[in-house]
Amino acid sequence: MPVAGPVAAGAEAGKGCRRHLLSVAELGADGIEEILRVSDAFVEVGQRAIPKVPALRGRTVVTLFAEQSTRTRLSFETAAKRLSADVLSFSVDTSSAKKGESLRDTVETVAAMGVDAFVVRHPSAGAPAAVARWVDAAVVNAGDGWHEHPTQALLDCYTIREVLAERAGRKLEDAGVECFDGLRVAIVGDVRHSRVARSQVLALGALGAEVTLVAPGSLLPPSLEGWPVAGVSTDLDAVLPLIDVCYLLRLQIERGAGAFLPSVREYSASYGLTAPRAARLAEGALVMHPGPMNRGVEIADDVAALPQSLVLRQVSNGVAVRMAVLFMLLGSTGTGDAPGLARSLGSDGG
Amino acid sequence: MAERERRLTPPRGGVFVPRVQVLSAQDVHRALIRIAHEIVERNRGLEDVVVVGLQTGGVPLAFRIASVLEEVEGTAVPVGLLDVAFYRDDIGIRPVLPEAATDIPGDLAGRLVVLVDDVLFTGRTVRAALNALADYGRARAVQLAVMVDRGHRELPIRPDYVGKNMPTRIDEQVDVSLDGVVLGDVVPR
Amino acid sequence: MAEASGRGRAPDAPGPPTVVIRGGTVVDAGGERVADVVVRAGVVAEVAPGADVPVGATVLDAGGCVVAPGLVDLHTHLRQPGGEDAETVETGARAAALGGFTAVVAMPNTDPPVDSAAVALEVLSLGAGATCQVAVAGAITMGRSGEHLAPMGELAALGVRLFTDDGTGVQDVAVMRRALEYARGLGVTLAQHCEDAALACGGHMHEGEWSSRLGVPGVPAEAEELMVARDIALARLTGARVHFLHLSTARSAALVAAAKAEGLPVTAEVTPHHLALTDAELAGYDPVFKVNPPLRTGADVEALRAACACGTIDAVATDHAPHPPERKDATLEAAPPGMLGLQTALAVVLAALGTAGDGRAPLSPQAVLALMSWQPAHIAGLDRAGGGDQGGPVEPGAPANLCVIDPAATWEVDPARLASRSRNTPWAGRVLTGRARHTVLRGEPVVVDGEAQR
Repeated sequence: MPVAGPVAAGAEAGKGCRRHLLSVAELGADGIEEILRVSDAFVEVGQRAIPKVPALRGRTVVTLFAEQSTRTRLSFETAAKRLSADVLSFSVDTSSAKKGESLRDTVETVAAMGVDAFVVRHPSAGAPAAVARWVDAAVVNAGDGWHEHPTQALLDCYTIREVLAERAGRKLEDAGVECFDGLRVAIVGDVRHSRVARSQVLALGALGAEVTLVAPGSLLPPSLEGWPVAGVSTDLDAVLPLIDVCYLLRLQIERGAGAFLPSVREYSASYGLTAPRAARLAEGALVMHPGPMNRGVEIADDVAALPQSLVLRQVSNGVAVRMAVLFMLLGSTGTGDAPGLARSLGSDGG
Repeated sequence: MAERERRLTPPRGGVFVPRVQVLSAQDVHRALIRIAHEIVERNRGLEDVVVVGLQTGGVPLAFRIASVLEEVEGTAVPVGLLDVAFYRDDIGIRPVLPEAATDIPGDLAGRLVVLVDDVLFTGRTVRAALNALADYGRARAVQLAVMVDRGHRELPIRPDYVGKNMPTRIDEQVDVSLDGVVLGDVVPR
Repeated sequence: MAEASGRGRAPDAPGPPTVVIRGGTVVDAGGERVADVVVRAGVVAEVAPGADVPVGATVLDAGGCVVAPGLVDLHTHLRQPGGEDAETVETGARAAALGGFTAVVAMPNTDPPVDSAAVALEVLSLGAGATCQVAVAGAITMGRSGEHLAPMGELAALGVRLFTDDGTGVQDVAVMRRALEYARGLGVTLAQHCEDAALACGGHMHEGEWSSRLGVPGVPAEAEELMVARDIALARLTGARVHFLHLSTARSAALVAAAKAEGLPVTAEVTPHHLALTDAELAGYDPVFKVNPPLRTGADVEALRAACACGTIDAVATDHAPHPPERKDATLEAAPPGMLGLQTALAVVLAALGTAGDGRAPLSPQAVLALMSWQPAHIAGLDRAGGGDQGGPVEPGAPANLCVIDPAATWEVDPARLASRSRNTPWAGRVLTGRARHTVLRGEPVVVDGEAQR
């Protein structure tokens, strides 16, 4: 979906400079590649005995989560701490979050304590954009309603690039994003309610992959106008042998997806990746899931444990990718020179 | 952008215009041989020595020094690579991004690190490198080898091994590679 | 500018000063003519070029302007009683007068709602001294809950002519049928906010390309069209008049056109924002563009403009919906729907309809005024035929409810300087063309040179 209309707050068009990460749409192929390359450096940091660098020392990162999520919040907090930033974590009660009760009050109060970045997850689409309007700090969208979950798409792309480079025997620093060109990816499941799906479609589309959406009719969005997908199908079995990556979405039962289906069992019967279905995948095809998995629904237990399933790798890459995002948003803000995410142009010689 | 060009372009962007070739390729090669011998002499051998090249300019020099050391003493010396992006003191002041890989061979505890860079200028990159090295273990000692010391120090850092002392104006630029050392200016784009 | 003049005539008898509107072009249902208008004792005394100005008269300069019957808004939320932090009758009426309106119909979704004579009287008395005439619409059902009919007879006796549950539509078709039959007997008009609650449920913007892109639950066009189609059928069944509030889709307009062709007693209104803005405005998730019914697609906007041009749409009504900043400046899903409209309506409608479009000629000033003055006055029962004094024509003996419109005046919309207590205008920061220079209410100049006089 090309970004027509007003771009999300904080994005400065044309300079490649960014103050926030609200949507994958803002990044483009170059922006995505840049983040993946910086993530390489942070993967190395993560492998050290002391996986910590002083890069964001003295900065404060606040995680503001108005929706249940332990994994993503911990991942962001770990990322911030490994950059030596100070971390505050704020949970907003989900019911008052839905009513939007004084989100602005909460955010402004916290910001007054001196915050450099907010990591925001909220059940309403556009909430991180609203926070970006209200405060001076950088804002990272950790998931807003059905809209987007940019860091998830980035870490998934990172994982795909890492695995494909390994397979080809190439070193990561020599691997760009050409591996995505023409890559056939199926995104399976509750696309309608999935922010991961939206971000994923945007990222993979920008990188030149061929994306097919596979879902029952009631779980597709009302309109796919402008979505960079190569096709849509309701028949998972037919699609499986034709793809390089099978990306399974979580059935959003807690977001009401259950009402869109006769039953979870019927969903699993047609769209669950069981062992027999996994066997239909081409040799070397990858299986991915953003987690947490509804075992037995989207993916069978034994399939999750298969070697071509990358679920655990996705999780471990998450910290490095989030470190890259935080570093690029905060480490690159200038007080005068060239603010934003501009490419480093060398040191002064040392 | 090639590594060399990237290092030479200041944050605001500009083009390096060479003026004077100060050292030829052969001069550089001889200097590195001399430095390698000085390392062996000063440390009475190469026990526990690790050579670490600073990304990106110090890396080819580090590899050349290590290969000379191996010729001279007959022992292979491990070489590490270090990108100091995350340790710089100008993060948040100007755009900083890691340029290349960091790969330190093993734990540095108790070892003698010879840090290699192409140009010693303000000293801030070396300070950052010392912080970074500390995260890999407590080295027994760190010694600094540079091809060119161009003056204008802002921190109390001094080199142990120098290819050439070269006083410069602060607005000049020094380009170092295995092909030689060139003094020039940076012209805004 | 008000000035005393020494020309000719002897001064008038004591009472409110004579007002002379000089140098404009008078436009009303009868036509267009260059003339000055003299107003004496609340009534139009003379309409002729070069009128004499008596000593002590107030002169309103109308050079380059259109002098017309005052605009009438069929659909305004004055929020009083119960919502005074957003707006009061006084502040809303002032905004209306500044917009060129001499009458507004206040919607009944107040707290308590206008489902009893007591609340209706309260609003009417609050409006008695206001800077524009405040008429009241009553609710169709008690509490607007869609179950039991409100005392329409009692309210009609107070002069209420229009009834609606606006804010929601009457969901139960049997209840709506009964209400229409009862209304027919009383000679009043029921107005419907067409929204099928089950289909619309959970939506915050138009369901379509943009809602899918932005990940926001949407309201399909069919949520409105189903109820339009239903009430057209009920109009046929009962023979009662139905007025459709704020239509927003091309198909709704087409349904109304077909119903009119059939001769059914239906009328329809459209808002200025549905003639000008699309769902693309929500790309930044700014709740100022959240409204019910939602902003739709470009094709819907074009179709509604064409419907205004060909007579399918009878009136433009603002649906002025103030909300205090602390409630409106929230996430998109939490913010209440609604936009201000009284002060910007004229300029927006002139731009939307006064320009040529896809196979559509621009509307003349008279056609635009028909949509904003005498046609809504008629639907609201506020015109001469209804026993009221709005809508013109501008002729000697007619009550002096007039507006003087400068179609070329440009002004920047500054939310802080609007008369409304609230700030939620989608036109904030934009420069609009067209403005009411003066507004005269029953002979009293309540707005002079764009400034409210009280």
